[in-house]
Amino acid sequence: MDADAAAVQGPRGVTRRRFTSCAAAAAAGWILTACGPKRLREMPPNRLKQAIAELERRYAEQFGTGVRVSDAGPLPGVEFAYALDLSRCIGCRRCVYACVEENNQSRDPQVHWIRVLSMEKEKGIRFPESDPYYEPETVPEEGRFYVPVSCQQCRNAPCTKTCPTGATWVEPDGIVVIDYDWCIGCRCCMAACPYGARHFNWREPSLPRDALNPETHYLGNRPRPRGVVEKCTFCIQRVRAGRYPACVEVCPVGARKFGNLLDPKSEIRYIIEHKRVLVLKQDLNTLPRFFYFYGT
Amino acid sequence: MKAPPHAAWLAGSLAVAGVVAVAGVAGVPMPRGASGEGVARRSSLEPPGGHAAARSPSSASTPGEPEERPEVPPPPFTDGIFPCSQCHADMPVDRRRRPLEAMHTDIALRHDEEHRWCLDCHDAEDRDWLHLASGERVPFDESYRLCGQCHGEKLRDWRAGVHGRRKGQWNGHKQYLLCAHCHNPHEPRFKPLEPMPAPRRPSRTAP
Repeated sequence: MDADAAAVQGPRGVTRRRFTSCAAAAAAGWILTACGPKRLREMPPNRLKQAIAELERRYAEQFGTGVRVSDAGPLPGVEFAYALDLSRCIGCRRCVYACVEENNQSRDPQVHWIRVLSMEKEKGIRFPESDPYYEPETVPEEGRFYVPVSCQQCRNAPCTKTCPTGATWVEPDGIVVIDYDWCIGCRCCMAACPYGARHFNWREPSLPRDALNPETHYLGNRPRPRGVVEKCTFCIQRVRAGRYPACVEVCPVGARKFGNLLDPKSEIRYIIEHKRVLVLKQDLNTLPRFFYFYGT
Repeated sequence: MKAPPHAAWLAGSLAVAGVVAVAGVAGVPMPRGASGEGVARRSSLEPPGGHAAARSPSSASTPGEPEERPEVPPPPFTDGIFPCSQCHADMPVDRRRRPLEAMHTDIALRHDEEHRWCLDCHDAEDRDWLHLASGERVPFDESYRLCGQCHGEKLRDWRAGVHGRRKGQWNGHKQYLLCAHCHNPHEPRFKPLEPMPAPRRPSRTAP
């Protein structure tokens, strides 16, 4: 037997030596990615604090005023849920604009995290026939009802499964969050979301200095860069401090309710136990934390 | 003696497998966000209705049992109208049902006006109080008890925080509003509001 025949080759002319040495190099490279930049949720606490201090410094420079970036973690024993009373909502859109102000959304290009869909009472909830661009003189309009839609914070979220970089995930208190520094802007999550609740910053977001809300959270309403996806976070900067989200407080008819699902005395549990509750697109099995109910 | 050729292959494969296994166990970040990786901790969410027995204490409505008195801001009186006794203390009481001409002409009663009139809610003897159907007097800052006589399920929902607006902390102290803060008791039907602007339609050319 000559030396060439002794080196048995695979189907594409690859020898076993070459295959195993390449595989070992790939595995070593894989492991070494642990030494590189980290996602915010993997950082040890002191490194996270450094990253946040750097963010605060950068925002102070950009806006000329102090900006607080909170790193508040999830509260123990808390899982948030939201309920919206369809018999009360009049489609006034005050929630939309309160959200814009609270969460530092870009004014131009316009980004709205909440979208109010106007539907016909006769036909019920039908997304293809809904109208988000209604602009009558007064609301509510005769024969129509209103369904505000924002991120449903699904328990079985399609978006977190499709993210190729792991830049979006579900926190232990139920909020689906985005790491704006890790998001590569591929928008797979936007395609996956059945509710159209995720929004992309196609251009540099414009946020006037006097419109800035300086109380921010690193996973929530801190000013976002161009090229990342953003969405409702249940006002994470408020709820982790015990306050209600901005939309809940501003609704003039009290259609929005918020609370802790694990607290048997919360209004959310009362609603689930005593009212007719539904979720949107139930057949997709996303298991949202956002419930719609009929208060009357 | 030379080792058989397949021994090198076996050793190399085991090394790679070992490396990958160690990497998996050590929790090194893999580039792909695989399904299930997103949830940091599985939560045990009980099925709805599982706690039907544990109801809000304020929704207990056994007659005679004292209920919690929610904290409310002062009633939304018109300036200078209260206390009513500053005028009514000296006036004789006229219980005849009639349209008012001398005063309070700005109040248009559109709230079951076919069957009721002013003194069915306002106490005739002392106008600083309201009264229930039983004759019991209630102060203006407990007017929800009066409204609740007819709108019982709304009162129950309001006590639970499901009807109307509340301010405060979802896990702590909450401040309620009286019924009268949103609903004018004489004319409770809401007036339509002007909606805020619609979102801009997306354009093909520019985002």
